[in-house]
Amino acid sequence: MNFNAPHIDYAALSPVLALTVGLCVVLLSGVFKPLKRAAPGLTLITLATTAGLLIWRWDNPQDLVSGALRLDDLAISISLIAILTAGFAVLLSIREPATEEAGSGEYHALLIGSVLGMVLLAQAQNLVTFFVAIETLSIPLYILCATNLRREKSLESGLKYLIVGSLGSATLLYGMAFVYGGSGSTDFAGIAHGIAQKGVLGDPLILVGIGMTAVGLAFKTSIAPFHQWTPDVYEGAPSPITGFMAVATKAAAFAVFIRFFDVALAPQIDDWQPALAVLAAISILVGNVGALGQDSLKRLLGYSGVAQAGYILGGLVVASEDGVNAIVFYLAAYAFMNLAAFAVVIARERETIFGDHIDSVRGLGAERPQLAWPLTISMLGLAGLPATAGFIGKLYLIEALVEGDYTWLAVFIAVGTMISLAYYLRVVAAMWMRPGGEPAATPAIAGASPEADPIDPDAGRRLYLVGPALLAAAATIFFGVIPQPLVEFAQHAGASLF
Amino acid sequence: MINSLLWTPLVFGFIGLLLPRRYAGWWATLGTAVTLGLAISMVIGFNSGAGLQDTVDVNWIPGLGVDYSLGVDGLNVFLILLTTVLWVAGTAFAAFREQERPHLFFLMMLLGETATLGSFLAQDLLLFVLFFDLMLVPFYFLFGAWGTAPEEGKTAVAATLKMIVYTLIGSLLMLVAAIATAIISAQDGGHLTFSIAELAKHPIGEGSQRWIFWFFAAAFLVKMPAFLLHGWMPDAYRAAPLPALAVFSGVLAKVGAYGFLRVVLPLFPAATVEFQEVILVIALASILYGSVMAFTQTNVRLIAGYSSVAQLGFITAGIFALSADGSDGAVLQMVNHGLVVAPLFVIVAILAERSGSEDLREMGGMAMKAPVLAALFLIVTLATLAMPGSANFVGEFYILNGLFDSKIVFAFVAISGVAMSAYYALRLYQRTMHNRKPAGLESREINLRDGIVLAPLVLCILGLALYPQLILKRTDDAVQARVSAVEEQPQPVTSLAKR
Repeated sequence: MNFNAPHIDYAALSPVLALTVGLCVVLLSGVFKPLKRAAPGLTLITLATTAGLLIWRWDNPQDLVSGALRLDDLAISISLIAILTAGFAVLLSIREPATEEAGSGEYHALLIGSVLGMVLLAQAQNLVTFFVAIETLSIPLYILCATNLRREKSLESGLKYLIVGSLGSATLLYGMAFVYGGSGSTDFAGIAHGIAQKGVLGDPLILVGIGMTAVGLAFKTSIAPFHQWTPDVYEGAPSPITGFMAVATKAAAFAVFIRFFDVALAPQIDDWQPALAVLAAISILVGNVGALGQDSLKRLLGYSGVAQAGYILGGLVVASEDGVNAIVFYLAAYAFMNLAAFAVVIARERETIFGDHIDSVRGLGAERPQLAWPLTISMLGLAGLPATAGFIGKLYLIEALVEGDYTWLAVFIAVGTMISLAYYLRVVAAMWMRPGGEPAATPAIAGASPEADPIDPDAGRRLYLVGPALLAAAATIFFGVIPQPLVEFAQHAGASLF
Repeated sequence: MINSLLWTPLVFGFIGLLLPRRYAGWWATLGTAVTLGLAISMVIGFNSGAGLQDTVDVNWIPGLGVDYSLGVDGLNVFLILLTTVLWVAGTAFAAFREQERPHLFFLMMLLGETATLGSFLAQDLLLFVLFFDLMLVPFYFLFGAWGTAPEEGKTAVAATLKMIVYTLIGSLLMLVAAIATAIISAQDGGHLTFSIAELAKHPIGEGSQRWIFWFFAAAFLVKMPAFLLHGWMPDAYRAAPLPALAVFSGVLAKVGAYGFLRVVLPLFPAATVEFQEVILVIALASILYGSVMAFTQTNVRLIAGYSSVAQLGFITAGIFALSADGSDGAVLQMVNHGLVVAPLFVIVAILAERSGSEDLREMGGMAMKAPVLAALFLIVTLATLAMPGSANFVGEFYILNGLFDSKIVFAFVAISGVAMSAYYALRLYQRTMHNRKPAGLESREINLRDGIVLAPLVLCILGLALYPQLILKRTDDAVQARVSAVEEQPQPVTSLAKR
């Protein structure tokens, strides 16, 4: 009998393997008492190892598992963004009530599990891996959202995310089934081939399938009008998880979004391009207008995330190399800007009785400049003001859009940015400027009670909170002044596709 | 040289953070003084025949085609000098007074200087946009955090936000327009570049020029501000802290006018000719509206503010006369107006300290006990109304001359602005310095520290009055180059008023 074992490229699979091993180790560490405190450290080691392995595979694209995965520079860059975000989340989770309540080992193992899903999703090359990966990243997040067991809001957030997320997944899966039915293949390349004869509009099966796939992805990337869950879930989830979710999920989902539309469906671009452009415009509008009246910083960042997803979708619409570069650049910049903001929100959440209410940062400029600066830089960056990575990111996106003949969408981004100033600058004003009115007399924060969230009056000085905040803010400025390294990083990602 | 000129203020600003609070102001003043020194040496070394000089050109973001390129020519050399002069005055004036959170205040002042100098120096379209937007950040902080409520029921923060949103509407559209210009230009063959000189060699198609022109015009007209786009001005001017307002009104408004000369005329000549009359109508409306508002207001800041609207209307009209004379006059007038309006705000601050109010009705009779202040104020007033003999007269004369040559109807309307400026300037002077002294007003002579700030500015006005050729001689070549690009354009057939 002749048995040929399939060739397994362990080198290229090593990042995935490292994460899997790390996940098991961290999970078990929770069981052994002496190792209980080691979970964050072990998680960081796992993430660092994975990042190292990914960088080792840089510029060396490979098809894996008989074409089910592809480790190219797009996958690596997106994975690195996800890992970076996860690393920040680990630091920000130190002393977070949620980690204690859910068990440190379990909490961190779930976090690694979600990262594993993202790393896989960024490499997905067919519908099966696509779906498996997106569930691998989502299910741990459903649980993580609810880990703050004593807060009603957290449980609500987990449940809401589970239900809406499942709806999204179901839509996605249903759409995939249609796509498979219409094209006769689960492979992205096979789908492209199967569609080529009839076109997207020629076959109702394909049209419905692709439409539903897009909707499913829009759920995951919180693109309006499929964003309704975002503010509620962001508000209720433990803040480090919110920060992680806002950036990493978006990044990973955009990676597969790019692969499916910009590569597999590229020949049919005329059929789907206008629809996605309209979606981007709606998202920009809804997100920015929705954020205007928000008093909760996490809700504000949630709506701002909806708007930012709209900007990023713009880069996808044009389906060009520059578009993909712009997406990767923007995602990296967005990671830094958002993490700086979340680090500060978390510090203030633990330090004051105001929770994540905007009152918690009132007068921060005088009280805690080491927190006020990162939040200021983050807000100015998200608003796209110069000398921040956010400005260069917008510049990059607009350049890609104008080049792709979507100048109207570029103008839309400009208009959206204008609206966004009203709420980003409101936060800055609360920190630095004379209060416009009296601060709220009672901390009317639903779900927050002193028993559930013990106040740590020194949280604003803790290195594991201030450090990440300053680091992310410094990176925002650095890549705003010297963007070339990040531009080259993004260009690698784009070049690996086109 | 040019790099140190640009970054000296910011470096001083950051070092200042490490010093004790009471030295922060003096350290910042030293920083602006060093910058002024650099600017003076640059002007001395300036060669008026050599075109763009002192250039720096570094590939900043090769991936996006953006260069870090700076340069000095006749167009910006005196605006840079003006910037550095006014900043010394503004910073020193602030340093003489107690400031809350002085570290941050002076850091923002100095960041503002670097951003402003950057937008004057930039020779790359995107770098220009970047600095243009960056100027807003420090002034947002200065106006919002150190400002006062403009009136009952309004806050400085709200007034500042209004200003930011207004100005950024234009700026963001300008960003899109700048990128579009470069990309459309690159599509005709050639690589992606934002270099203004390169882009000017091959203007883009007329269809694209039309909308791009308006995106740029929106940014510049809001910044000035021009009539209909001035909605942010009254609240922001009443909210702003006076030292910051002096430099803001003195310099930042000019960046808008400068942008027309630097970017719009050379890059979009066809659209400039096409929309010449529309812009002229806006400019004239600004002159008339600004003047009328200036002589009905009673708040002294707003009188100065609306007079700026009128003056910038003049400058715009001069630029869009599209003749060398008009633009020469516009550049001269930009410097003149900066030199006039900054001391005006310093005087406003001094008056407000004495009367405890910024209302004209609660002032008067101050000249009796303060002859020196009155004399300095009189010189500023006469310069504002463009008294023959002042450099402002020369500037306005050039502007009107240019306008007469090209659009005589508009010139006739513009002349009425000259007459009206006499009314509001003298009204301001008389109501504060002469008339009867209201009860409770304390009339004091200007003290030495304010005199140190004010006297050099007034000397600059006098110096320029004696020798305006200092500027005219050096700007003429650069202006000619700008205007010649436009003059090659065929005139539109449907011209309203032709000679």
